Amino acid sequence: MTEPIATRLIVILLLALLGWTEVTIARMRQLWAAVMLTGIFSFLGAGWMLILDAPDVAFTEAAVGAGIATFLMLATLGLTTREAKSPTAFKPLPLVVVIATGIVLVYGTLDMPHYGDRQAHIHTYPEPSYITKSNAEIQLPNIVTAILASYRGYDTLGETTVILTAGVGVILLLRNERRKPRDGVDPTAESTT
Amino acid sequence: MMFVTAMAAILVTMILALLRARRGPTVFDRILALNMLGTKTVLLILVVGFLTARPEFIDLALLCALMNFIGIVAVLRFSKYGHFADR
Repeated sequence: MTEPIATRLIVILLLALLGWTEVTIARMRQLWAAVMLTGIFSFLGAGWMLILDAPDVAFTEAAVGAGIATFLMLATLGLTTREAKSPTAFKPLPLVVVIATGIVLVYGTLDMPHYGDRQAHIHTYPEPSYITKSNAEIQLPNIVTAILASYRGYDTLGETTVILTAGVGVILLLRNERRKPRDGVDPTAESTT
Repeated sequence: MMFVTAMAAILVTMILALLRARRGPTVFDRILALNMLGTKTVLLILVVGFLTARPEFIDLALLCALMNFIGIVAVLRFSKYGHFADR
């Protein structure tokens, strides 16, 4: 079988590209280019997550990371500056902190089950009873919908409340922004062009 | 084998686009590289689907292409006007 080997090679290559993009972003002094590269990073990450069988996460990454985040970063650049200040001097402490955090994170993954492990807790613990029982209990053909809307109904209600609150907040902020120029001269109106 | 070859071509194109985003002297080289990588991600989603014999994510690729289009339009608009405001 060539497929598993091919998939594994693709994953390795995508991860290498992700790492390369990260290093490039960190070394980039032109902020515009750095924003473009974060978009590229999101696309690469989305491809990788899709291969790991998480298409929903992959799509969210592509939409939020490459779409909305790039958009917001560019809007920020329009209000601030386009060039990063050159680093003053090499400071060892941040490097040590980052490396230590990385080591701790890698150590944390050692306990995790391997990818595709059938004996992993996530596949055995609330037993596969959702699959066998949900049709009789909830009478919904889609198991995910049954779990989200019935078994975890309150949880979903809370999540949607959070999203509604965030949306209302964003709308209020943007409305406020739009009213400013009517009252007087908007200080950011022409300085960025 | 056909899909493996297609995948190899897509990945090589991704590397080249990344190189262009890294080198790219002008803004538009980088925007083009971003757009290219978005398109290649769409193709990657499709080819991975057929490579693993589960082509169920085709609609996801469609959505990804739409998002890519909207994002690129926003970036181009910003590069022309310098802001997103409707003035």
